[in-house]
Amino acid sequence: MDLKQSTLDKIDHLVPRYPDKRSAALPLCHLVQEDLGYLSNESVEWIAKRLDLEPINISEIVTFYPMLKTEAQGKYQVRVCRTLSCALAGAYKTCKQFEEAFDCKVGSTSEDGLVSLEYVECHADCGRAPVVMIGEKEYTGIKTDEAHELIERIKNGTVDTE
Amino acid sequence: MAIEEKRLILKYTDQPGYTNDIDCYIKHGGYEDLKKAFKMKPEDICEEVLQSGVRGRGGAGFPAGMKWKFLDRKSGKPIYLICNADESEPGTFKDRQIIHKDPHQLIEGILCSAYAIQAKLAFIYIRGEFFEGYKILERAIEEARVKNFLGDNILGSDYSCDIIVHRGAGAYICGEETGLIESLEGKRANPRIKPPYFPAALGLYQCPTIVNNVETLCDVKHVINMGGKEFAKIGTPGNTGTRIWCVSGHVQKPGYYEFPCAGVTLGELIYDVCGGLLPGRKLKAVIPGGSSSKILRADERFTGKKKDGTEFDWGIEDIPMDFDSLSLVGSMSGSGGVIIMDDSTDMVEALANINYFYAHESCGQCTPCREGVPWMKKITTRMCTGGAREEDVDLLKSVADQIAGRTICAFGEAASWPVQSFIAKFKDEFEAKAKEQAILRKQGEDTATETSLI
Ligand SMILES: Cc1cc2nc3c(=O)[nH]c(=O)nc-3n(C[C@H](O)[C@H](O)[C@H](O)COP(=O)(O)O)c2cc1C
Ligand code: SF4
Ligand code: FES
Repeated sequence: MDLKQSTLDKIDHLVPRYPDKRSAALPLCHLVQEDLGYLSNESVEWIAKRLDLEPINISEIVTFYPMLKTEAQGKYQVRVCRTLSCALAGAYKTCKQFEEAFDCKVGSTSEDGLVSLEYVECHADCGRAPVVMIGEKEYTGIKTDEAHELIERIKNGTVDTE
Repeated sequence: MAIEEKRLILKYTDQPGYTNDIDCYIKHGGYEDLKKAFKMKPEDICEEVLQSGVRGRGGAGFPAGMKWKFLDRKSGKPIYLICNADESEPGTFKDRQIIHKDPHQLIEGILCSAYAIQAKLAFIYIRGEFFEGYKILERAIEEARVKNFLGDNILGSDYSCDIIVHRGAGAYICGEETGLIESLEGKRANPRIKPPYFPAALGLYQCPTIVNNVETLCDVKHVINMGGKEFAKIGTPGNTGTRIWCVSGHVQKPGYYEFPCAGVTLGELIYDVCGGLLPGRKLKAVIPGGSSSKILRADERFTGKKKDGTEFDWGIEDIPMDFDSLSLVGSMSGSGGVIIMDDSTDMVEALANINYFYAHESCGQCTPCREGVPWMKKITTRMCTGGAREEDVDLLKSVADQIAGRTICAFGEAASWPVQSFIAKFKDEFEAKAKEQAILRKQGEDTATETSLI
């Protein structure tokens, strides 16, 4: 396990704050994933050990929460909200544009590893639909033209991800 | 003329120059209510909250003061406060505004409430996708700690309280309070069965726990500020305080708007506040309180008797926006997420979209929910993509009827209500779709159709 010192520091700071250290399981999954990109079996075992739990205790949460990933993701994680308010504003069309631009079916990673494209459920910004997230950054009002612009910025590497 | 908002919670947000740092908050009178709270006895604050009549803004509308009364104070175990910032009911985006633009108001509300119930540790359970909101809250908490508004011996008193911001990871069911508690304990967010697991008695770590929504906890701050009686004068009896309505869908100006309860009608909200529908469009339907609330049809008449015995006869535009009125018309104010649909909307597709959501989000513990909700999704999806069968409408309804009331948590109802209400109100559209496809099939033609909502 090759975690950054800053990640280890955050973990050491966080675990003792909880009355029961098992509560730190989800936060640790986030921290390790942020550092390494996804949660491998090795990561799962490491987190379990750090919290005196069995690997299955971590595995069962990794498989439950959609934001936790067990495989490497593309350089850009593109999440398109497809829930009703976004759909009413054209989210499915927006998503198709991403699919075509990167030759990447929603739910997969493009062959060149540039983008992982997925549908997500309501991101609580429905008044500015359609909502798309790239990495940790939220983009709102992404209709045809805006999607086109985002696609260009992903291709030339100038898009903000946080 | 446009109707003016009356902002209480969002009073300063969106004002030019108002920022989310602590200095700005203090300059606008921030943390004065916390100081006031510390001069009161905790039980007196609970009494004020009870008198204020403030009802939960997270979905169920349960009176906060009453919930606090149920708290098991005799167990000798620590008491916990959890702020539900999961904000995951489709159509809802009010808590986001508070977290992003006025995090200290929330922190002050949490501290006032924690002091009132004598919790020494509070959690903010925030949905994982709120990356920025999480950072904003973390920073705000550190700012408040430096000024001794939280942490050890707050404001020189012998009361100490810390706040931990805990991130979810993309599961809607974490919004359900017992699912949230399981999640906070480091497990899958499988809701617990009530009884016995009422959080106020057996909550986090099996200790008495209060779970309240972001907006509710902000209201507590204002209750302390003006006193329960004054607070109760906003709105109508039984529907006190303001509410932030989140309007999305087919209107000119979607957004969040704060009004006293019953201070605006659905028609005023749509036409005066949100600028009406898109050009050339007519209103078709409204989902008034997040996607699980029952849909209202634009041409319905709603008649009946109010609690006080007076009769009402409303068109959709006349419905006062408050807890009781929306339940009188057979729906609910829920989380305040108002989704507007105009006459371009295919209702079968809209329901298919909603079913997709609930099928994705079932936690899987109860068979009726785990099996039934994906089944409903399968039926509505095939109805949209060319595989509709004539018996589908009745099948759909029978599946929904067998889920609601037979599950551990209210997700079962949340998933069934849209199906039941869409079918009750738009049955003709479902039947027409099935018939149309049956005819095409008989003629040997392709039934596949383009869809836009699924
Ligand atoms: C399926 C489901 C999802 C829920 N999601 C949320 C949510 O995202 N945010 C929220 O505050 N309450 C949500 N609730 C309601 C909570 O269970 C709980 O009643 C609420 O947080 C209590 O706070 P309040 O009394 O202040 O409203 C949900 C309930 C159910 C059944
Ligand atoms: S009703 Fe659905 S979401 Fe709720 S506990 Fe049962 S399976 Fe889980
Ligand atoms: S429906 Fe997309 S943000 Fe709510």
